[in-house]
Amino acid sequence: MSNNINNHNPFYDPTLKKRHLSDKIFKYMAMSALLISVAFLLVFFTDIISKGLPSYKQAYIELPVKYNTETVADSSFAIDEKHYELVSRAWYRDMPKYVSENPEVMNKTPIEWVLADDEVDQYMKGHQNTLTDEQKTVVEELKKQGKVESKFNTLFFTTGDSKIPENSGFLASAVGSILTILVCIAFAFPIGVMSAIYLEEFKKDNKMSQLIEININNLAAVPSILFGLLGLAVFINFFGLPRSSALVGGLTLALMTLPVIIVSGRTALRSVPASIRQAAYGLGLTKWQVVKDHVLPLGMPGILTGSIIGIARAMGETAPLIIVGMIAFIPDIPTSFTQAATVMPAQIFTWAGMPEGAYIERVSGAIMVLLAILLTMNAVAIYFRKKYEIKW
Amino acid sequence: MSTLTQNNKRRVLAEKLIEYALAAATGITILTTFGILFSILFEAIEFFKLQSFFYFMTGTEWTPGVEGAKFGAVPIFTGTLVITFIAIIVAVPIGLFTAIYLSEYASKKTRDIAKPIIETLAGIPTVVYGFFAAITVAPFIVNSFASIGIEASFNNALASGLVMGIMIVPIIASMSDDVISSVPDHMRKGSLALGMTKSETIKFIVLPAALPGIISAVLLGLSRAIGETMIVVMAAGMRANLSFNPLEDMTTVTVRIVDALTGDSAFDSPDTLSAFALGLALFVFTLILNIISVYTIRVFKEKYKSSNL
Repeated sequence: MSNNINNHNPFYDPTLKKRHLSDKIFKYMAMSALLISVAFLLVFFTDIISKGLPSYKQAYIELPVKYNTETVADSSFAIDEKHYELVSRAWYRDMPKYVSENPEVMNKTPIEWVLADDEVDQYMKGHQNTLTDEQKTVVEELKKQGKVESKFNTLFFTTGDSKIPENSGFLASAVGSILTILVCIAFAFPIGVMSAIYLEEFKKDNKMSQLIEININNLAAVPSILFGLLGLAVFINFFGLPRSSALVGGLTLALMTLPVIIVSGRTALRSVPASIRQAAYGLGLTKWQVVKDHVLPLGMPGILTGSIIGIARAMGETAPLIIVGMIAFIPDIPTSFTQAATVMPAQIFTWAGMPEGAYIERVSGAIMVLLAILLTMNAVAIYFRKKYEIKW
Repeated sequence: MSTLTQNNKRRVLAEKLIEYALAAATGITILTTFGILFSILFEAIEFFKLQSFFYFMTGTEWTPGVEGAKFGAVPIFTGTLVITFIAIIVAVPIGLFTAIYLSEYASKKTRDIAKPIIETLAGIPTVVYGFFAAITVAPFIVNSFASIGIEASFNNALASGLVMGIMIVPIIASMSDDVISSVPDHMRKGSLALGMTKSETIKFIVLPAALPGIISAVLLGLSRAIGETMIVVMAAGMRANLSFNPLEDMTTVTVRIVDALTGDSAFDSPDTLSAFALGLALFVFTLILNIISVYTIRVFKEKYKSSNL
């Protein structure tokens, strides 16, 4: 019966069912593409966080420590032989300095919490470690007496890189990142905004300006590592600026960030309606006065949004900085722009190449901090865009 | 009166000076391009004075750091292409379908949630992707293939390719999303009115109209994949291995550049200078891709008079 009706319907399409099915399949395919991204992010964050969280804890051991002239001369005698190898080499190294700063402990044998070796720490966390069975029983003994404990890992947040895993932290690289980004902002932001103003408000529309436009679009897509080659050839070899320094790194990143700021700056200035300019001209203002007092303030939220995103990207950038030597081993916190420094992504890169499990843990821990900073910056930019977006 | 004209004169002069200052700032971007080109070119010429250009382009052995070192870049180029190919295979469908979903199907609410997710993917630094590829994805691939009896290298090209693919999803997705959204609505309505289903409208009307923009997005993603450094430095191999098997280790142009410049060879040795020869190849190749990309998106812009791209 229904078939009969359909046969008389001139619009009846016998493949309709099939078409509707493929319509549904298409929609679900589109949806699943988005779900893949979501799934990736879930797996990724669970993986990084589960690997990184343990790095915020570090094992300490409560032991009697002998402070006397003999042990100050050779700190390896300060701890009894049974526990000697469980204590961090960093502690032995720093012990004489500690005594010279605190002379009152001399000739006493107090019971103190001392930094444990990274292998003890890994054992405590149930990770792979190189402790011998004998050492494991000693640690178990201490554990029963409550003399070994995982405490908050302050060292990780307050020191620089170290060849001793339990003594290494990311503060030096974080300070290096800040110095580098300051240089980057100081150069890229004013120059980027000036270029955006010129291209949007002043330039004449001719072949030259078209060329500049293509050039900027192209520059935004040039692989970042090539900016590193530029930094190496121009800033280090030609101008003779100090290798590995925040100055060179920041300048290199500035050239890389420039196109991002220009492109977003132009979009922001373009969205300021012509009526604003015309009204200002009507009052007799000059071109520069119009731009500086009216167009620029109205375009500023958009410019800032783009700049924050560009700077966040520069903060996560590693490749060009490796080329200009910012993967140096930096145990001390840099205090000037010309001193050798490293940045957080580069520190992550160098630690990721280390064989000890403690470093891998620290990589994930540092990644969590870096991601928190970068994603906050991105979120601020998005919030900014939403809040100050003016629909003309 | 005379003070007024004097004031005016001073004003005109100040305006001119400001304009020149702004123009000079703009000039820096041009200087940067030329700076990149020449700094690479000069060192690359130094390299080709020491080594044959012909062998560089056609040779199949890359053995730096030894007596009688050979610099044949073919295995490096193929390694780059294999990894890029895997990345594109992953990124184009995911990115394009995400864009289609966001611009054609998603409600405003879904869009508001989905957009930040895509932007988060774009905000993850490449060194972090590299760490994830090397520590999590590569061992996973090795174990999975071992369970079906196939041996894979821990530096396999597949791991870096897959993760790189995820990395360029946001580039392709957000650009395609912009392009698809700026296809005029009357085209969709016309098609629906003729009885086409929604998916048919997308497949036969919207996507063909948006094609130049989508091609431009894919080319941009391609150029990003070729120039990507940290993922491959951390997860791919060091060995120049002429192979098309994604389970083997292979190296890329960017890996060799980093390796050559972080080594301890003298700056004027062919080992170090080879980085600039490879850099030149990378620059020329990505430049071509970028320029084609810029031109195709222009075609699209002119056609639909869309200014938000």
